[in-house]
Amino acid sequence: MMNILSGDRPKSVILSVLLAVILLALAFAPFLFPGSRSLETAARICIFIVLVASYDLLLGYGGIVSFAHTMFFGMGAYGVAIAIDRLGTGYGAMGLGALVGMVVAGIVALLIALLSLRVRAIFFAMITLAIASAVAVLVSQLSQFTGGEDGMNIRIPRELTPAFRLGEVFGTRVNGKVLNYYLVFTGCLVLFLVMLRLVNSPFGRVLQAIRENAFRAEAIGYRVVFYRAMATCLSAMIAALAGSLFAIWLRYVGPSTTLGMEIMLDILLMVVIGGMGTMYGAVVGTAIFVLAQNYLKELMGGLSEATSALPVIPDLLSPDRWLLWLGVLFILSVYFFPTGIVGRLRGTR
Amino acid sequence: MPQPSLVTRDLTVRFGGHVAVDRVSCAFTPGELTAIVGPNGAGKTTYFNLISGQIRATSGRVELMGRDITGLAPSARTEAGLGRAFQLTNLFPRLTVLENVRLVVQARERRGFNLWSMAMGHRDLIAEAEAVLERVRLTHLADQTVSALSHGDQRKLEVAAMIALKPKVFMFDEPTAGMSVEEAPVILDLIAMIKADPEATVLLVEHKMDVIRSLADRIIVLHNGALVADGKPAEVMASEVVQEAYLGKELTDV
Ligand SMILES: Nc1ncnc2c1ncn2[C@@H]1O[C@H](COP(=O)(O)OP(=O)(O)OP(=O)(O)O)[C@@H](O)[C@H]1O
Ligand SMILES: [Mg+2]
Repeated sequence: MMNILSGDRPKSVILSVLLAVILLALAFAPFLFPGSRSLETAARICIFIVLVASYDLLLGYGGIVSFAHTMFFGMGAYGVAIAIDRLGTGYGAMGLGALVGMVVAGIVALLIALLSLRVRAIFFAMITLAIASAVAVLVSQLSQFTGGEDGMNIRIPRELTPAFRLGEVFGTRVNGKVLNYYLVFTGCLVLFLVMLRLVNSPFGRVLQAIRENAFRAEAIGYRVVFYRAMATCLSAMIAALAGSLFAIWLRYVGPSTTLGMEIMLDILLMVVIGGMGTMYGAVVGTAIFVLAQNYLKELMGGLSEATSALPVIPDLLSPDRWLLWLGVLFILSVYFFPTGIVGRLRGTR
Repeated sequence: MPQPSLVTRDLTVRFGGHVAVDRVSCAFTPGELTAIVGPNGAGKTTYFNLISGQIRATSGRVELMGRDITGLAPSARTEAGLGRAFQLTNLFPRLTVLENVRLVVQARERRGFNLWSMAMGHRDLIAEAEAVLERVRLTHLADQTVSALSHGDQRKLEVAAMIALKPKVFMFDEPTAGMSVEEAPVILDLIAMIKADPEATVLLVEHKMDVIRSLADRIIVLHNGALVADGKPAEVMASEVVQEAYLGKELTDV
């Protein structure tokens, strides 16, 4: 067990329970929460855990601010979409698309890193912003390739679609969508464990050292530029793989689902809510954020009705104000848990 | 006479119009502890920065074990055998004492690019870090975060890191700065211990004359960035040049 977790104990009972609940809920989501909407939410949580964790590998461990993370996410998604579009439906095309997306993401990340990290970390943030914007424009312009603003529908193998029926298990109809979910779940679990491994390796320790004091890390013999470049590269490749899974899951890819700045902001929020510099923070932050995003509206609608006899309160709780409350939740969480929920649970300052 | 381990040739750096280090040529040999003295702002720290690579020289060269290292990054110079302790405490404040030393051992053993093994699995690195902490009597603080340590213990840890690095050339920049009278001797004992190794070259920037008297085999004096005296401690301390430099008078015939 400790080996699977790379010796990274949650170090808090509450956190361990929380993580176990999230893991079990995701592992049995199709049976525990039947219905396409909840499965949609569960898949999104899986994928965003990987995306957020891979971003935290950069920000929380390496101390590098990047705005291009969704671009790498998009590269994986478009890789699958374009490969299937050109080569026809099939697992081979799907795998090839994911592989090419990952490699391209890795190379682009390496180039950006080597060009800009030498100079200064802040320069890196600006470069990534510029490149991500440029790529977003490019994607919407090259419509014969990428489908432009409309995006592309992806014809994935039939076994992964709802049309493929398998029968019933525990009273739940198992179809291709459930298989697809388990592809996503397994892929994300493996990627997460890989990242857990990375951050607890000697390499991960160097990243933490660089975040703490890059000047010192360099002085004791670590070539900071190379370590940062490596972290950027790995983080981009993992984000791309998450993107591939997302495209397969949605059977669609478009600028709004992968490349948008709103997604970049969501990622940042999830990292901060969960806690920077810990992989488990990504799990908790993502789960809470995605759930809030998907169910806060309903919850408020319910509360608003339940309090309809009272003055003012039903108005405040009106479902239209869910975004406001999400903002309030965010501010409160940053105020009370400046080191994120996981940082708080682990008792670090 | 052993071969010099570290040589600077006409080493110079200019900040705008101000020449902070001015054509300093000097050779340092193993088994020798050289004290570098000079008034505040003389360029001692800047000279160190040029040697260890934090600042790039305007002109001149630095050679380590006969190899030109002038163009190398600080990390590459460290790999080549240079060890630097800083005037202002410079550690990983939120990591533990043990991790601070372990990272140094890991760097020296070049295991940083190990992506797939567990850091905790490299028992030998941990054991060595623990042994170093034992030597500097910090074992009882091993699991504390550095920021929780007293200033004196932090300075001790910095010396511990140097011991863990096992460089060929040790550079200490006022290692006892800001320490109490009771704490300072511990650091000095550690430096004396390092100096006892005939292979070690030690450079020590220090203001306290009694420290210099007890440790130094040789003194060089920097003034306005230039090397103005170099010799046995007794000679240099008695010389007029030094007296004047420390009194802050104009240097006339140098
Ligand atoms: N990066 C820099 N840019 C501009 N000027 C600098 C820089 N670093 C040092 N200096 C200047 O160079 C001169 C030498 O400074 P340095 O810190 O080397 O002196 P020092 O001998 O170590 O003094 P102290 O005994 O106070 O530590 C000073 O005038 C300082 O202001
Ligand atoms: Mg100084």
